Amino acid sequence: MQVNEFKPKIVAFCCNWCSYAGADLAGSNRLAYPAEVKVIRVPCSCRVNPMFILRAFQRGADGVIICGCHPGDCHYTSGNYYTRRRMALLFSMLDYLGIEKGRTRVEWVSAAEGAKFAQTMNDFVQTVTALGENKRLEDLRCKK
Amino acid sequence: MRKCLLQNQNKLFDQISSFASLYIPVETTGGNASFKKYEQGMVMSDVLKTDRSPKDLFFPQTENLMEFKTSGKNIEVIDNRKESEDFVVFGVRGCDVKSFEVLDRVFLVEPVDTYYATRREHGIIVSMACGRPAETCFCQTFGIDASAPEGDIVCYKTEDALYLDAKTEKGKNLLSKLADVTEESDGKEALKQKEQIKTVLAKLPLANLKADSFGKDKTKEFFDAPEWQILSKSCLGCGTCTFVCPTCQCYDIKDFKTKDGVQRFRCWDSCMYSEFTKMSAGQPRLTQLERFRQRFMHKLVYYPTNNDGLFSCVGCGRCISKCPISMNIVKVMKALGGIDNE
Amino acid sequence: MQKINREVLINKANELLSNGTINRVFGWEKGDFSYDVTPTIYFTADQMNKKFIFDDFCGANFSKYLVAETKKDQNKVGVFLKPCDTYSFNQLLTEHRFDKEKVYAIGVPCDGMVDEKKIKAFFGEGISSITSEGDEIIVDTLYDGVKKVKKADVLQERCQNCKSKKHVYYDELIGEDGEVLDSNRFDEVEKLEKMTADERFAFWQNELSKCIRCNACRDVCPACTCEKCVFNNPNSGVENKSPANEFEEKMFHIIRAFHVAGRCTDCGECSRVCPQGIPLHLLNRKFIKDINSFYGNYQAGEQEGSRAPLTNYTKEDLEPSEAVNKGDN
Repeated sequence: MQVNEFKPKIVAFCCNWCSYAGADLAGSNRLAYPAEVKVIRVPCSCRVNPMFILRAFQRGADGVIICGCHPGDCHYTSGNYYTRRRMALLFSMLDYLGIEKGRTRVEWVSAAEGAKFAQTMNDFVQTVTALGENKRLEDLRCKK
Repeated sequence: MRKCLLQNQNKLFDQISSFASLYIPVETTGGNASFKKYEQGMVMSDVLKTDRSPKDLFFPQTENLMEFKTSGKNIEVIDNRKESEDFVVFGVRGCDVKSFEVLDRVFLVEPVDTYYATRREHGIIVSMACGRPAETCFCQTFGIDASAPEGDIVCYKTEDALYLDAKTEKGKNLLSKLADVTEESDGKEALKQKEQIKTVLAKLPLANLKADSFGKDKTKEFFDAPEWQILSKSCLGCGTCTFVCPTCQCYDIKDFKTKDGVQRFRCWDSCMYSEFTKMSAGQPRLTQLERFRQRFMHKLVYYPTNNDGLFSCVGCGRCISKCPISMNIVKVMKALGGIDNE
Repeated sequence: MQKINREVLINKANELLSNGTINRVFGWEKGDFSYDVTPTIYFTADQMNKKFIFDDFCGANFSKYLVAETKKDQNKVGVFLKPCDTYSFNQLLTEHRFDKEKVYAIGVPCDGMVDEKKIKAFFGEGISSITSEGDEIIVDTLYDGVKKVKKADVLQERCQNCKSKKHVYYDELIGEDGEVLDSNRFDEVEKLEKMTADERFAFWQNELSKCIRCNACRDVCPACTCEKCVFNNPNSGVENKSPANEFEEKMFHIIRAFHVAGRCTDCGECSRVCPQGIPLHLLNRKFIKDINSFYGNYQAGEQEGSRAPLTNYTKEDLEPSEAVNKGDN
């Protein structure tokens, strides 16, 4: 029997106009990134409500990453600037509550950056794997 | 009557917890206490009223009722109740003991709430006479005697000892198991304290509050009273009063989707909430005035109408000290009863 | 400073009521004890003479009530506002929650409100009366006679760390205006920040596990004025009437604090009303402190019409990854 190796569940909220296409590009270029990453398409990174992130953790995610357009390149002009402020505050609050800071991340990935997308995901999965299972924001009911 | 010296109090607790789970009021932060499961070395708090009433131990805020698991076309229903064991709640005040009678009349009539019934069956209540009632206490209004509470065992705490007097079979049974940490006593000290408490009770600021004008079949008299308008004016619609109340018994049943099944649980609900009883038709009380009125009418009129005149308020005074805007049943009774606070 | 007593305020209200400036006024009403003051609305000076009170227990902030009250008719509503209440008032104006033309704001001074819970922590239950004399509070108890305590020791937490005695909005001011103060309100937050993540986690786990989800913190909050809260919406998937487990406790409190981040004036009502004594202001202050350090000092409500930090941005804002690592250096 093989030793049960921990494979984290990752939720990636990807902006329709950039990183979602970036993920596509990574795929068509045959760049590998772990299958544990579940991509959820959003119209803009700024669509991500803090509730989405907490709910993802509740439902069993071990890490949540938000990918948006590079600052200045937002399809809607300024959405990602708001994302940047909101997530800075939210992540700082999670840290304040004692929740591991490695479990949340924001990255800017454009539609042309397939390689960056794959690399970002590989790196994030590695970080979360090192952190282990999400215990501090888990809802035990969702695990049985 | 049995006596246990205060220096042996923890031996008494150790003894009880060796054969049953024991819950005692424990101080949390300055002046606040809550019932906690006894562990060796815990100190029983003298704080008069716990933040939440001991109702929690019989009717918890959230409780899993059952689970459903699906596999293929089969649904398995799992009753996840564990075999209940005896437990002892030590230091319940007279008002809170009375609240169990109020709850019993709801949960133990047909259809019997088996979750509550099991706990009532296994729970042993050691009540505690109130040496120092608070200014917010008004249990006398509802005919409760804080100097002689009900309960399976009544306890009097004097300066140096606890005096334990068994009142029921359950109580006698428990006391007989505590023979080596207690001694026989004539109970004179307890009697003395009882008298002392009586004189204090008479001096309390709310000692003369009367509930006579309320009760059975008074719905028409109070339902359209103009006072409701101004009384409910500043109500925030939060659930504080209902959640700290020892006699509030409304709950909601909900399903939670687990990984591969459904967990059916119940949780306290509050008539103050806009989404109260939102099932098929929706909340019938659209304004905060109606919700506010419902709560107090239920305590003072509807419940007594259905339960031989028994009020569903026990005068513990928690709502007086906890309400964010300091609106409470005493103010309501005074306003509707025509007593002006000058 | 001349002591402003209730008569002065009643006279002022009477004047405004009789000359038709306002037809009703929000004020405090005395209760059965020294400390159970209820916010209410008065229509006549006669009612006020009977029940109005202005003392150390008038902590309730009327600003939020104005949202519903001003929509009732065309008459002007009077309201007494302490300095910190005016910040909430201004913030609501900024968010267009009510029309200021329908309100007549009377600024009243405040030298700190007393927390009866702190008095009870000192002397136990059985308080028959509480009066103040200079900087001392005189407590008459049922069991131990008359006791004295320094007012500074029993002030509400928010008043011990008062941020401002200045009224930022009023139509008329009674007494003299104060100054914006240098407070130590972030000290507690800093203390928590210095702890390890495990200690912080344990601290909050312990505090938030007391929550009974009565929603008092949300319902009293002058910044929480949504017509329908997501936590009251059965279709939101998060509407749970009780904190079923540790996760739900955290989610409710993170979202509650986040939703008012940048709009919270730090009035401290949330902590004042919590029946379980959870220091909720420490969540809100963390956001305020972060906003100040990330995006420059900002006091919500200070200026009507100011742009809140979360509806604003600069191109040079720091990255979320830098935000969480800021404390490490």
